[in-house]
Amino acid sequence: MDARSIREQFPILNQEVNGHPLVYLDSSATSHKPLAVLEAVDAYYRNDNSNVHRGVHTLGTRATDKYEGAREKVQQFINARSTKEVIFTRGTTTAINTVAHSYARANLKPGDEVIITPMEHHSNIIPWQQAVKATGATLKYFELNDDGTLNMDDVKKSIGPQTKIVALTHVSNVLGTINPIKEIVELAHRQNAVVLVDGAQGAPHLKVNVQEIDCDFYCFSGHKMCGPTGIGILYGKQELLEEMEPVEFGGEMIDFVHLYDSTWKELPWKFEGGTPIIAGAIGLGAAIDFLNQIGMDEIEAHDQKLTNYAMERMREIEGLEIYGPAADKRSAVVTFNIDGVHPHDTATALDTMGIAVRAGHHCAQPLMRWLNATATARASMYVYNTEDDIDQLVSGLTRTKEFFGNVF
Amino acid sequence: MSFDNLDTLYRQVIMDHYKHPRNRGKLEGDALVVDMNNPTCGDRIQLQLEVEDGKVKDAKFDGEGCSISMSSASMMTQAVKGKAVEDALRMSELFSDMMLGKEIDPGDLELGDIEALQGVAKFPARIKCATLAWKAMEQGVEKK
Repeated sequence: MDARSIREQFPILNQEVNGHPLVYLDSSATSHKPLAVLEAVDAYYRNDNSNVHRGVHTLGTRATDKYEGAREKVQQFINARSTKEVIFTRGTTTAINTVAHSYARANLKPGDEVIITPMEHHSNIIPWQQAVKATGATLKYFELNDDGTLNMDDVKKSIGPQTKIVALTHVSNVLGTINPIKEIVELAHRQNAVVLVDGAQGAPHLKVNVQEIDCDFYCFSGHKMCGPTGIGILYGKQELLEEMEPVEFGGEMIDFVHLYDSTWKELPWKFEGGTPIIAGAIGLGAAIDFLNQIGMDEIEAHDQKLTNYAMERMREIEGLEIYGPAADKRSAVVTFNIDGVHPHDTATALDTMGIAVRAGHHCAQPLMRWLNATATARASMYVYNTEDDIDQLVSGLTRTKEFFGNVF
Repeated sequence: MSFDNLDTLYRQVIMDHYKHPRNRGKLEGDALVVDMNNPTCGDRIQLQLEVEDGKVKDAKFDGEGCSISMSSASMMTQAVKGKAVEDALRMSELFSDMMLGKEIDPGDLELGDIEALQGVAKFPARIKCATLAWKAMEQGVEKK
């Protein structure tokens, strides 16, 4: 793939920030959107805007076809068995919360365990904290190895008959660690536990095949994979989703409404109360087409190459510490600190050179404590980034180090 | 904005307070304690105040954060120590205005080192770093 020609499809990248060409290295926070996505959303509002699944007029039919067409694209993208298993949500957070509210509260009891990892984003920690508080179950954590990978011996030891839910991230948003999901799913299923995967950082970068990894739930967001904000996916196995109660009640999700009782629509609509995120779903469909045109294997290879290059070049800077595993065990994320320079100061200095990185705790406070850092800086890459961006970052970091070295 | 603009943010006096913080530590006895953090970035401060007869008799801070938040805490403790609570609060208001880029009239209040933080106003993402210690002080004296 040619990142340079891909780059041209992202109008936002063609601008100067603080007098310098923009170097965007914050795609783990949110990715940019290609013209194809912008145009799909625009065309929907210009030509087809209408509510879905109601009314018999032509626009309504067009909107419904596009919305449901997007669902089919998602189904194929993750290789779900059917569109019944693909629920549109507001994002990964809502998807995880749906499972933690519905499935977890119905199935957990005192003595049961939910196991997560210390590398989770807050959105895959707090829903479980709340679920165990509500049910009297217990929350546990797998251990990490020193390099920030999961300690598989501990995983094997920890999962037992008391384990009911294992929830973990596909790819760490801080360390970039790619977790061996398939292996963990096998271990969990032997004990009849279900596995929820936070795929917010996984789906944009890796080919996801939910049937092959056999996870029970897979949650991800559109905006980190070239789609719009406000749209995400809850994939769940049909037999589990069938049993689950909806979390949001209202229009669109009902079958019959009586005075004191109601019945729900069939899957997937019983989980989509209210007017859905129509434009968002259509935008996500366009984003999937865009990613498929490049090819997820190509994207993975590009990310890997760029990550190798970034880590190699960043190691040239003395006093720069990189957190997390070796390049071949991680996705396109490099989290770091410059000795003696607070990451906010690093990020501000880089911003004056037009380079966008994230600084802070990355919504992963427990992991920050594990790293013994209060905050870190993070450069994250995607399809439109080039080695040139990395060179700019490295020269920016060198200047930053010099600047703060001199003022001290 | 170029890299040179960093000089307008990271003035020498700021870096001096960052590297050699004044009033860092804890007060003896039963001081007013305020813990505050900036949840979006992880900066945190613990401020200890000794307030008596409407006066800030002593102030110390502890915490972790970037050069802006820590130097601002150092300068704040220096500025409010010995001041009437009322004046400390007036100063906090002046500081907020300064962060919003407003023209300020300190009147009889001496801003001293604090003026060095004026450049933060041009970096909107960093204003919360600078105001953290002042917000903690406000909360502390209101507790009294």
